[in-house]
Amino acid sequence: MYLLNRSQRHKVNYTWMIISLLLVASLPFLLFLGLYLKSFLLIHDYHLGDLLFSKVWKPGSGKFGFYPFIVGSIWVTLLAMLISAPICLLTAIYVTQYTRKRFLRIMHPAIDILAGIPSVVYGVWGILVIVPFISKFVGPLFGVETLGYSILAAALVLSVMIIPFILNILIEVFRTIPMELKEASLSLGATQWQTVKSVLVKKALPGIIAAFGFGLARAFGETMAVLMVVGNVVRLPKSVFDPGYTLPALIANNYGEMLSIPKYESALMFAALILLAVSLFFNLVMHFFIDRYNKFAS
Amino acid sequence: MEIEPTHKIHIENLNVYAGKQQILNNINIRIPKNKITVILGPSGCGKTTLLKCMNRLTDLYPELKVTGKVMINGKNVLDAGEDIVKLRQYMGLLSQRPYPLPMTIYNNIAFGLKLKGIKKSRELHKQVVRYLQQANLWDEVKNRLREPASRLSIGQQQRLCLARGLAVNPEIILADEPTSALDPISSQYIEEKFVELKNDYTIVLVTHILRQARRIADYVVFMYLGEVIEQGTVDEVFGNPKMEKTKQYLGGTFN
Repeated sequence: MYLLNRSQRHKVNYTWMIISLLLVASLPFLLFLGLYLKSFLLIHDYHLGDLLFSKVWKPGSGKFGFYPFIVGSIWVTLLAMLISAPICLLTAIYVTQYTRKRFLRIMHPAIDILAGIPSVVYGVWGILVIVPFISKFVGPLFGVETLGYSILAAALVLSVMIIPFILNILIEVFRTIPMELKEASLSLGATQWQTVKSVLVKKALPGIIAAFGFGLARAFGETMAVLMVVGNVVRLPKSVFDPGYTLPALIANNYGEMLSIPKYESALMFAALILLAVSLFFNLVMHFFIDRYNKFAS
Repeated sequence: MEIEPTHKIHIENLNVYAGKQQILNNINIRIPKNKITVILGPSGCGKTTLLKCMNRLTDLYPELKVTGKVMINGKNVLDAGEDIVKLRQYMGLLSQRPYPLPMTIYNNIAFGLKLKGIKKSRELHKQVVRYLQQANLWDEVKNRLREPASRLSIGQQQRLCLARGLAVNPEIILADEPTSALDPISSQYIEEKFVELKNDYTIVLVTHILRQARRIADYVVFMYLGEVIEQGTVDEVFGNPKMEKTKQYLGGTFN
């Protein structure tokens, strides 16, 4: 039969559950600690403000200013969100409120396919389509000369990449709103659009914030596709047509040679630490808003 | 067809299909004015669908096909040309569970008022107070009007929904088992309120609770499996049911 009796088995199961829980719960801390220790050399020798806000990046002569990378990352991420957020919100409202259920059944696989495409494929698509499109059409349209490898290219590719993720959450959020709430609003004489605008979006707001936060975090950390189209030039971008450089791209591009220059390894680890800290910050802000909202209304 | 002045709603040959399945089968009902008409029947007999035909919430379910006539004030509600928004404001709806709008207590009432075109804040406030009073909720919420409606108890929420429905100034109240989620005291309150409101409104109440029907109904429509089995005054249906199915349901030997 069994090697152990019931209470012993219970104890063993319980112990394992605690161990796995502790492991999962401690991972973020371990990650933080590891990155901190690895980048300690840099943090110890330089002023933190200089590292974060200096524009000079010359690892060969010991100058590590992360500002261009931070700014590049923020530009690309925010621009991508600016493009994809309204598209996702309107699409989610349309497919859940204005079409038949059958339409959603067709949409779902399409969205999942988009979500499943490897990011390097998006990168190739960006190089072949988006980059020439920007250098030949969008640039001239605004009277700007650009190679196409730019903040805008990265943001466009990125926005397409995060759409399926945000959209899937948003659709779920809108689908879980009870039909009766919609009926209540309509029965008061609201039109379909007034109902969507004043009732459903309000009801869904915590979910919408969560979906956008999730997309933001993903966009901020995306490496491959961005690296392929952003241009990888260490310079403060003056417009969206300028090339830039992002934190994940910095790590990925230089990982192979990091041992050749003193403190280079520490610098890349510090970049990773910034990434982690920013993701954490996004998460906290998102939860803050959701909590606040839930306290106020639900 | 002309509606007799004593009848508010006139339903003729109403059929509802969901795909191949027929949900409502040739419904013919007259709903008297300023009376409580109870639509009685077991779960799944089509009571709720019948109610939703009256204010065209059936539009939300594209799989439903509705034929026949629902005449209110001489107009067929089901005619495509009908202005649905105005029509729905002609009827207040109270659902099984209260679904307060995701906004403050005050705005739950003001929402419908604003839709009716009331914009001045003084007039809005006056009316909000009036309808909260009418639903006997004012004393409980007068100091917390800016709180989210979701913080109210479920009984209070249902009264808020009643006030919200009354605020668009309807002539008909459609109630779909409005007490099924409430405690006995809140239920009793809603029932008493209905009896009081019938002087000014025509009330259609869907329920499966026999005692509730007996307590407050003037007119009873008994439905089973999408058909109207029997209809008449409360004395006729409860005192002297003609159909076998009605007798069984009233006697509790239904199967």
